[in-house]
Amino acid sequence: QSTLVVAEHNNEKLTPSTLNTITAAGKLGDVACLVAGNNCASVAEELSKVNGVTKILLADNEAFNGLLAESITPLVLETQKQFNFTHILANATAFGKNLLPRLAAKLDVAPVSDIIGIADKDTFIRTIYAGNAIQTVKVLDAVKVITVRGTSFEAAGSEGGSASTENAPECSVKNDLTSFEGSEIHKSDRPELTGAKCVISGGRGMKNGENFQMLYDLADKLNAAVGASRAAVDAGFVPNDMQVGQTGKIVAPELYIAVGISGAIQHLAGMKDSKIIVAINKDAEAPIFQVADYGIVADLFKAVPDLNKLL
Amino acid sequence: MNPFDEIAVEEAVRMKEKKVAKEVVAVSCGPTQCQETLRTALAMGADRGIHVEISGDDYTAVQPFHISKILAKLALEEKADILLLGKQAIDDDCNQTGQMAAALLDWPQATFACKVEESNANLTVTREVDGGLETLKMKTPCVVTTDLRLNEPRYATLPNIMKAKKKPIAKKSAADYGVDLTPRHTVLKVDDPPTRAAGEKLETVEDLVSKLKEAGFYGELTTEDKYKRTLEE
Repeated sequence: QSTLVVAEHNNEKLTPSTLNTITAAGKLGDVACLVAGNNCASVAEELSKVNGVTKILLADNEAFNGLLAESITPLVLETQKQFNFTHILANATAFGKNLLPRLAAKLDVAPVSDIIGIADKDTFIRTIYAGNAIQTVKVLDAVKVITVRGTSFEAAGSEGGSASTENAPECSVKNDLTSFEGSEIHKSDRPELTGAKCVISGGRGMKNGENFQMLYDLADKLNAAVGASRAAVDAGFVPNDMQVGQTGKIVAPELYIAVGISGAIQHLAGMKDSKIIVAINKDAEAPIFQVADYGIVADLFKAVPDLNKLL
Repeated sequence: MNPFDEIAVEEAVRMKEKKVAKEVVAVSCGPTQCQETLRTALAMGADRGIHVEISGDDYTAVQPFHISKILAKLALEEKADILLLGKQAIDDDCNQTGQMAAALLDWPQATFACKVEESNANLTVTREVDGGLETLKMKTPCVVTTDLRLNEPRYATLPNIMKAKKKPIAKKSAADYGVDLTPRHTVLKVDDPPTRAAGEKLETVEDLVSKLKEAGFYGELTTEDKYKRTLEE
């Protein structure tokens, strides 16, 4: 039994949820990691110290610029031909969701998306209907291709490992069909949303984007990340990468503070595994109060500044 | 119709209105009710429909694995230039079909699209990714899967609903596309998720702060993070 994790990174640093995927992979056998990128040697070095990783396969090539599924898929296929992994895993993030189904189709296997648990080496647990039901699925294919929900697994320790690094198999990466034109990645000093210990999210009740400043101020006090409901993103208050929910990001922090969010099931799907949920909403009937440990029925424009003063 | 698919149909119809596309073919795989879904697409402006009938046990067990094979074959037969799909189903939440069809066709893929522009058989697509947005340029034929911010789907008007009744819907089967529907996964069980009991309503923000401190939460967080920050410095 050996498992390949396709590491997610930005050519400089490992994406933190890769550490959670490595923990999931460790439940299935030996863990090898594939690092494909352009000038990404520092990522391999960072990974070599991660607990539980035995081998790193490095493919450093400018053809992997933009980490396109069209160019990484042939590399993973070639790697699989050589090593015959029983499982191939990646994060259930935009990166993994884009790449792994393409890979699975090439291997002629049916992938499993966004698992939250592992029952045994071919049986996996995942949510359906926006988290309203939990499905246990047995995979009949020989090779299992899986994306992993990071919040459902502990992060592997980032110190103490001693994995060896070797070059990934050579393959011709010819991709003249797609080109990466650029990206607009929002930089923030606050913790990353899916890994933060505390998340403060705003909804339609925030009324506009400027009012989110109240949440940023509070977040800075709590070392929290700031998220949003779909309604707030669709209304243009904040960018899409802040969306928490079924089709946005799944978070499970120690403390989740929902401000001016009514609590549609699609939003609850993205945050109901949080340890403590606090809801501030002026509508006492809002569904968010059904999952909140502590609810305050109040005008957020008064409650949030008050909270800010008291913390 | 799944909201992501509605956005895909809307985008296709807009391409036709901008004369970027000549014809819009709407496809749905599943039981008889799919015809209703196809009529909605036709009322929004699609020219014709293809219903690939999958029913009974086959429908219960069908996965993106099979649907992507049907769509790939169908896209070739119909000589499609763009295969547009919603990014994910809202029952199984798989988010796989478009990527898998692209692989089977060896076409480029742009998943989670929030902006699509066409020029000379190239598409420039802006995608919603975890940290923000990214832009890809690709040659057609290609696969595009839609995210929520791509467009606002129109409501079908009554005259268009009437017109849609006369548009043709071809009926096909998976076998017509040479696709074997043998399941690759077995669902062993479906459980209810653990329920969260509603907690208590608090009167004031002061109460909240003391509850958080009582739970040892606020104190713990700050101590630990202060420690972390000290280490970083």
